[in-house]
Amino acid sequence: MLRIEDLHLSFGGIKALQGISFEARPGEITGVIGPNGAGKTSLFNAISGFYKPDRGRVFFDGQDITGLSPDRRAELGIARTFQNIALFRGMTVLDNIKLGGHTRLKTNVWQALRYFGAAQREELELRRDIEERVINFLEIDHIRKYPITMLPYGLQKRVELGRALAMQPKVLMLDEPVAGMNREETADMARFILDVQEQFGTTILLVEHDMHMVMDICSHIVVLNFGQQIASGTPAEVSGNQDVIEAYLGAAA
Amino acid sequence: MINGNLKASYAADERVLNNTYKQTFVYGMMLALALFAGFANDYMILIACKMGILLIAVVGVNILTGYTGLVSLGHGAFVAIGAYSVTMLENGLTGIVPESLTIFVVLPLAVAITAVVGVFVGLPSLRVKGLYLAVATLAANFIVIFLIEQDAFAPWTGGVVGINTHDANILGWVLDTNREMFVLIAVVAFVSLLAAQNLIRTRVGRAFIAIRDRDYSAEILGISLLRYKLTSFALSAAYCGLAGAMFAYFYSRILPEQFELDLSLELVAALIVGGMGRTMGPVFGVMIIVMMPEVIKVFAAYFTGGDAASARYIAPLQEIAFGLLLVFFLLKEPLGINHITDRILRAANRWPFARG
Repeated sequence: MLRIEDLHLSFGGIKALQGISFEARPGEITGVIGPNGAGKTSLFNAISGFYKPDRGRVFFDGQDITGLSPDRRAELGIARTFQNIALFRGMTVLDNIKLGGHTRLKTNVWQALRYFGAAQREELELRRDIEERVINFLEIDHIRKYPITMLPYGLQKRVELGRALAMQPKVLMLDEPVAGMNREETADMARFILDVQEQFGTTILLVEHDMHMVMDICSHIVVLNFGQQIASGTPAEVSGNQDVIEAYLGAAA
Repeated sequence: MINGNLKASYAADERVLNNTYKQTFVYGMMLALALFAGFANDYMILIACKMGILLIAVVGVNILTGYTGLVSLGHGAFVAIGAYSVTMLENGLTGIVPESLTIFVVLPLAVAITAVVGVFVGLPSLRVKGLYLAVATLAANFIVIFLIEQDAFAPWTGGVVGINTHDANILGWVLDTNREMFVLIAVVAFVSLLAAQNLIRTRVGRAFIAIRDRDYSAEILGISLLRYKLTSFALSAAYCGLAGAMFAYFYSRILPEQFELDLSLELVAALIVGGMGRTMGPVFGVMIIVMMPEVIKVFAAYFTGGDAASARYIAPLQEIAFGLLLVFFLLKEPLGINHITDRILRAANRWPFARG
């Protein structure tokens, strides 16, 4: 579904990514792990189009998307969330999630200015879809009219997931979905991610520090260290890999 | 506990006037305006027309600055382009298009021309933000006024001494009094406001707000910054062009100096005072900005007993009061008057179960 081939990225002299290659298989959850500064978020930014790689290609559904802008990639069906919540703070939960539907709507400026007719039909259809498929699903119906700023951290994370789901994406990229969450919130989020995979068949790519969660829900794991891919495989293969253990615990004396 | 908020359909919940207070306010205002058009004296009509014209322009600035978050200090130029386009087109089409139909050709054309210029002025917004963009748009204002004043274009623009304008003629109804113009301006202003509200509750307007709040987040949702920033500039310029057109039909003569930086600043000031990024913000802002000089005049006349010599104190007094008002709003109510009415409305919705 999403295939990365020999991706290189550098900022000045710093080599952020050096030859990353892996595939996020359709309908599966792929995890990207690694210590701080390993290049996980750089990898995400290269996949969503914010960074232009020096070398290497990104394929989506067999199509080379390396040269496309972030908004074109979104139109193709790639959604993502950010590590440090990137919701629109001036809006309500509902409006934030509605924005996820942007690429699916067709209202043009003229129709928007008139509202009645095509724009209204589309808006009401979007509202119904969001209510049924996102708001009920994520159990956030009680806060739909709240401004983002009034919500606790954990709920904001969930709303951001909702906004991504409203895109009806083929690939969902989650950048540290449970960072800073307590045990209960983490368990909730893990359950939602599994539900997304199960109910919508979405291909999921996630970056996470919480090892328990990654090992539990991912079917395939890619390990980065200092911009290099040091291992990839099933959770069992990766956790037994000597390089991975060294990267996380330090080399044995 | 919010009263009167039971909704049985999504359509009901998506309505703009979604509670009785808002409905009462808006329908009440419409009734008041209708009565006003019939019974207000000539002076009040004059003031109201000024407000209406300014309102249309401020609604435009609100789309760009309030919703899309792009600051412009050049919108006076768009009002100028609207006003001059209408006048020059009216001149050019005399004898070609029947007089009773000219407005239907001229008005859309003038608005379209302004929108196109708006796209060009908006080009720097793709690279720069904030203060830098403000300066870039400021330059556009100076360039437009400079071009209008050029002797080479004087046969068409009238140059520095200005140009006589035409009266609006709608299917033979010649709007040659202020009261008739008030009816037109009020209708156009109301429709403008409604259209702006429609815009921001649908896809296009939401994209604008997304760009304002967090541009990279907008991009990953599939919103093209290029397309939407330029659309915002075009729309906002179009509104100002429409205001300029009303300006030309209202006054008997237009001069380049009426559209200089002063006007651009007044538009932004009205928006700040009223409330950026809110539909009713421009309405409140324009009321204050236009009414304040009048109030000062009345007070000055009261204290001086109508002494003619005191008139020379009034003009600087107005400037000072204008400055103080802006400072007051920036400090005490940065979200504008709209925020005050929001609080009142919320309290009303919750009464008697909770206060505030």
